[in-house]
Amino acid sequence: MSSAPPAIRCRSLAKRYKDVIAVDGIDLDVPSGECFGLLGPNGAGKTTTVEMIEGLVAPDGGEVEVLGLCWERDAIALRERMGVALQETRLAERLKVVEVIRLFRSFYSEGHDVEEILDVVELGEKRDAWVEKLSGGQRQRLAIACALVGNPDILFLDEPTTGLDPQSRRQLWDVIEQFKSRGGTVVLTTHYMEEAERLCEHVAVMDHGKVIALGSPRELIASLGADHVIEFALGDGAPSLPESVLAALPGVEAVRHDGPRYTLTAAEPHCVIPALMVELERRGVAMTELLTHQASLEDLFLSLTGRHLRDT
Amino acid sequence: MSGSLRRYLDPLRELTLARFREQLRQPEVLFWVFAFPVLLALALGLAFRNRPAETIHVAVESGPGAEALLDDLQATGGFAASVVSPEVAQEELRTGQVALVVVPGDSLVYRFDPTRSDSRLARLATDNALQRAEGREDVRVTRDRLVTQRGARYIDFLIPGLLGLNLMSTGMWGCGYSVVDARRRKLMKRLLASPMRRSQYLLSFISARLILLLPEVVVLLGFAAAVFGVPVRGSVLSLGVVALLGAMCFAGMGLLTASRAQTAEAVSGLMNLVMLPMWVLSGVFFSSSRFPAAMQPFIRALPLTALNDALRGVMIEGASLGALAVPLAICALWGGASFALALRVFRWH
Ligand SMILES: Nc1ncnc2c1ncn2[C@@H]1O[C@H](COP(=O)(O)OP(=O)(O)OP(=O)(O)O)[C@@H](O)[C@H]1O
Ligand SMILES: [Mg+2]
Repeated sequence: MSSAPPAIRCRSLAKRYKDVIAVDGIDLDVPSGECFGLLGPNGAGKTTTVEMIEGLVAPDGGEVEVLGLCWERDAIALRERMGVALQETRLAERLKVVEVIRLFRSFYSEGHDVEEILDVVELGEKRDAWVEKLSGGQRQRLAIACALVGNPDILFLDEPTTGLDPQSRRQLWDVIEQFKSRGGTVVLTTHYMEEAERLCEHVAVMDHGKVIALGSPRELIASLGADHVIEFALGDGAPSLPESVLAALPGVEAVRHDGPRYTLTAAEPHCVIPALMVELERRGVAMTELLTHQASLEDLFLSLTGRHLRDT
Repeated sequence: MSGSLRRYLDPLRELTLARFREQLRQPEVLFWVFAFPVLLALALGLAFRNRPAETIHVAVESGPGAEALLDDLQATGGFAASVVSPEVAQEELRTGQVALVVVPGDSLVYRFDPTRSDSRLARLATDNALQRAEGREDVRVTRDRLVTQRGARYIDFLIPGLLGLNLMSTGMWGCGYSVVDARRRKLMKRLLASPMRRSQYLLSFISARLILLLPEVVVLLGFAAAVFGVPVRGSVLSLGVVALLGAMCFAGMGLLTASRAQTAEAVSGLMNLVMLPMWVLSGVFFSSSRFPAAMQPFIRALPLTALNDALRGVMIEGASLGALAVPLAICALWGGASFALALRVFRWH
């Protein structure tokens, strides 16, 4: 599949709303057949970017090509080949699940059987329930059913799992992986790092309308220089530790601190922690918290912007 | 060709069905479309039913000759008269308990308010009764033949007006409100991301309106025929054409009204702004000819006035479609222009 044209190609894509620059000239290439993730905090410009690619928002500048086609000339052909789940669409409340899917099926000249799609998204039981009676996760699955029913080549999912419990989230991941396994291309926006790490071959991290990092999740994490993160906090009133002292500990790659909280990145935490304890003991300060975890895209975002992806 | 036509009609049918189902599944819609006009017809039909010929209430001021006048009136029949003091008579006239005060004397004095039509009637009837009692002879022999005609009663006038009003409200609300709702929920945006054509979306409002039209007309007219014996003098086909044109006209106006609005509040305000003047001016509850002549050209040009005229033409006068060309053309013009303009200014996001 490496010879296939990219599924999506954007150049200097830009959009502003009055005095807000929503998207500030971004370039993206999404290879055919892969899952591409757009990550970023609220207001980063993910939805605006995706909707420009979907032909729903007119860009102020730049070019978009989807499946080698462009919106000015090939709008109808393109819509036949893409499936879309917008961030927060409330479909008709008083229609049955099966009626909604059938409605969307009727728009496409080719597509899946409605009952088959009900099985794919596991809504068979809710076939005859009104949309207004569905749970959040069931609604999301219905939205994805509507996106899948036209048998698209490319699927756009804008925060498909926001607000879902872990089990519903995993159900959706299965559906996306199934679609990918048949050669489909997926563009996904999300706040959840573990989702991007699990599903996406490549991710673009966005902030303030710009792409601030681009690569595979593994590459991006590796760019932190080490794949473990050690976080600790000192008791109230403890004198602050110079960053240079921490950076000098064996195996520490990077140091950041925010008041009494410190974050170290390291390849081998089991070497760093004993040395850290010795250093604290020598200075007579007590540690009140200690956490270690595998470095993730969350840590990448933190190290790039100094902010957390999600305010929790 | 037939394949591509089917490709066009399939989504249109599904969209129409979806709209139709959504409406049927909302009890409040059913109430406003079916129950409300029937209840209104019932209430107004009862309030303004034709009463038996009314008694005329007259006060005779006390004084010499008052009792004789009272006897004359009571002998004639049809009067409720009594002798009272001048002050009481004055009070009864002012509060509307009597229509006329008779002041006895050498020449009789009738005291009444000439702007009250019941008083003018009382003046004529009382004078007639008293003159005859004193021996006036009629110059010419006359006879009365009493008829109360179906088709000339208030309810016969009212029902076509209510039908027109209902076609207006269901058309405007049915199309306008759901457009804004779909826009607000981003359902419209989602539909646009699919290969659905914009024309299919807009046409589905018109076709869903058509499905609802038949039961809507049948329920109201069926009720009016069964309970009040309201006739349809013209052909059912003509009535169908007029109702269809009216429904289309207001569906177009509903789409236009909702073409830019983003919130339910905004669209409700606009709808009321468009519909309220027609509620009052377009001859729903009383004839629009009561408004001053200077306003008539404007009132005639309103779509609801035209629709009501056409409906009354068919139902009361049994007019043919040809005779109704002017009001029908006015409806068609409003509908066509609204739809065309709505297409141009429609906000799809
Ligand atoms: N229709 C609009 N009118 C005005 N400003 C808008 C509009 N849509 C988006 N914006 C602004 O553009 C910026 C980017 O918004 P966008 O919805 O693309 O962010 P996002 O990354 O999808 O955020 P979230 O994670 O909250 O969904 C925000 O500052 C937003 O306020
Ligand atoms: Mg968004």
